[in-house]
Amino acid sequence: MPGAAELTVRRFDWGAEEQTARFSQALVAVQGQVIEVGADWPRRVADLLAERGAGRLAFGSEAELAAELTRGWPPDSPVRLVPWAEPIETGRDRLFGEIEAALTGCRGAIAETGSLILWPGRMEPRLLSLVPPIHLVLLDPREIRSTLHELLVEQAWSAGMPSNALLITGPSKSADIEQTLTYGVHGPKELIVLIRASSD
Amino acid sequence: MPSELRLRVESGLGNGRVRVNIRRAMDHLVHKRAAAFPDAEEREGLRAQGEAIRAEALARLPELLETLERTCTGNGMRVHWAETAAEANRIALDILRAKGARTLIKGKSMVSEEMGLNAFLAAEGIEAVETDLGELILQLGGERPSHIIAPAIHKDRYEVAELFGRCFPELPYREDIEGLTAAARAVMRERFRAATAGLSGVNFAVAETGTLCLVENEGNGRLCTSAPDVHIAVMGIEKVIARLDQLPPLLTLLTRSATGQPVTTYVNLISGPRRAGERDGPSEVHLILLDNGRSRVYADPELRDTLRCIRCGACMNHCPIYARLGGHAYGTVYPGPIGSILEPQLQGLDRQGELAEASTLCGACAEACPVKIPIPKLLNRLRWEAVRPDPDAPTLAPGSRRRALPALGWWLWAWVYASPGRYRAISTLAGRLRWLAPRRLGAWTRSRTAPVPAPRPLSRLVEAEGFERE
Ligand code: SF4
Repeated sequence: MPGAAELTVRRFDWGAEEQTARFSQALVAVQGQVIEVGADWPRRVADLLAERGAGRLAFGSEAELAAELTRGWPPDSPVRLVPWAEPIETGRDRLFGEIEAALTGCRGAIAETGSLILWPGRMEPRLLSLVPPIHLVLLDPREIRSTLHELLVEQAWSAGMPSNALLITGPSKSADIEQTLTYGVHGPKELIVLIRASSD
Repeated sequence: MPSELRLRVESGLGNGRVRVNIRRAMDHLVHKRAAAFPDAEEREGLRAQGEAIRAEALARLPELLETLERTCTGNGMRVHWAETAAEANRIALDILRAKGARTLIKGKSMVSEEMGLNAFLAAEGIEAVETDLGELILQLGGERPSHIIAPAIHKDRYEVAELFGRCFPELPYREDIEGLTAAARAVMRERFRAATAGLSGVNFAVAETGTLCLVENEGNGRLCTSAPDVHIAVMGIEKVIARLDQLPPLLTLLTRSATGQPVTTYVNLISGPRRAGERDGPSEVHLILLDNGRSRVYADPELRDTLRCIRCGACMNHCPIYARLGGHAYGTVYPGPIGSILEPQLQGLDRQGELAEASTLCGACAEACPVKIPIPKLLNRLRWEAVRPDPDAPTLAPGSRRRALPALGWWLWAWVYASPGRYRAISTLAGRLRWLAPRRLGAWTRSRTAPVPAPRPLSRLVEAEGFERE
């Protein structure tokens, strides 16, 4: 039996375009939604949420995307922006009761499985991607890698892990009754990925 | 008198509804796994890798556990060692008491089943709430899991509807699966919001980085580990792996083998409590490392392979015995082929040794196992342990299943087969006396005819054809 170290790791040399296509395909297969967006993505988000009747969108107030979001947010949108900076001790009831959607960034994505990589932390709390019924994620397609292995080696995860790292692949689901898939169990019912057009 | 196992088998075979539910689910899971590994070469490459990673981890187990303790502690977790289930329960209780928690929300964890945690906490006045949909159904019905991945697989939607109707009369009665799932979401949401303590199992623990890896689809596991102020993780000591870059192949093997998914909805990597400046996450993370007989298993170089298991459930999905009986007939926390090798070792041959006989040795389990555990070989070893002459063998308290009559039978068998002359004499005699063979053999002949020795043994026929005896 060969030692674990000598075994070759699965890698795929897909080009950038194929990676994006595979990512979308794999995510859509598990009921994720993928939308290509341009520089006016905040407006798209506002429209998507208005269509769904969502009243409040939370986002990490110090998140990278915060400035772009607030700058581009249509002033006439019925959806209110909620910059989220509250500790869970005081914000728990509002998060569980009042926030219908949350927007987060991500640290990359995986083409093979359609997974998003999130490192929640100071800028973007863990529960933002979990408690509100709709979770939106902004993704730069240049951050997509073929496999989890490729991504975690390239990003040198073993040099220092965050308190929480996540792979998210689709909205929450269960097959516990008769092996029949149903979506939206305890986590988000909808997962919407906004892929920035590569010309950005 | 029939043993308890045999009685449970009788009643399992007699329950038509459960048999239909299990069979349907197993066929589905087998099919999904096959579809998830379209390329046999890739599958075998991954299995070899999975086997090697887990074998390496076991070969270095003591060292890796020390490293894990160090890295987890460095990450701010508190690490506890429990030799027995009772010790683990006590540790969990002390943590909850210190936090003043009256309720514990739980993600799915087979180790907590092994500990009997829920009943223990209930006796101490603390309510343990199962949050996984399948586990919730079982808790409401006062039942135990019948499958390690799909715990409520023996139930159909109508039984669940009836149960929910009884337990949540305030909710509208629904019989459709979506409606039932929505009901569970509504009921659980409030529990997630209010809980101060959560508990989870661990799928893999990475020694290198001090990271706990949890996989799930529903999001309840993430809620149990991120919403409350304290998170208690319980794991068997064998779940450790050496390095983070060994995680991806194990993850893909686990999810594809278990449910045919390329990946679960959530893979949750936890490396410590909330850090300075972070706005949520538990302020305390406790890791309880449970032995409960595992180091005894570990001490035997052959049986040690049992501990490679990553708890995917594929062996039970592919097992002809499990598919006909369901998990409850086994009467143990871990059912199916893995249960039949693990439980006799954890609990002792005197208590669960009979499980090693609950197999046809067809080998379907070993063929499906993502880490290539030679389950049939280990079943045979346990059968042998149960009848071997040495009652003081070091690991397993064997000997207690040794019965005089079968032992004499096997001794005779060996004596006859050891000599061609004896074998010839006996087989000729059997042919002459074939009219004495019984026509009825209990349940066997209810749907089959009884076997009868041939008038002339095969060796004679072969000789008559002119072959030389070697
Ligand atoms: S013995 Fe193998 S097939 Fe069975 S649960 Fe464990 S890893 Fe899966």
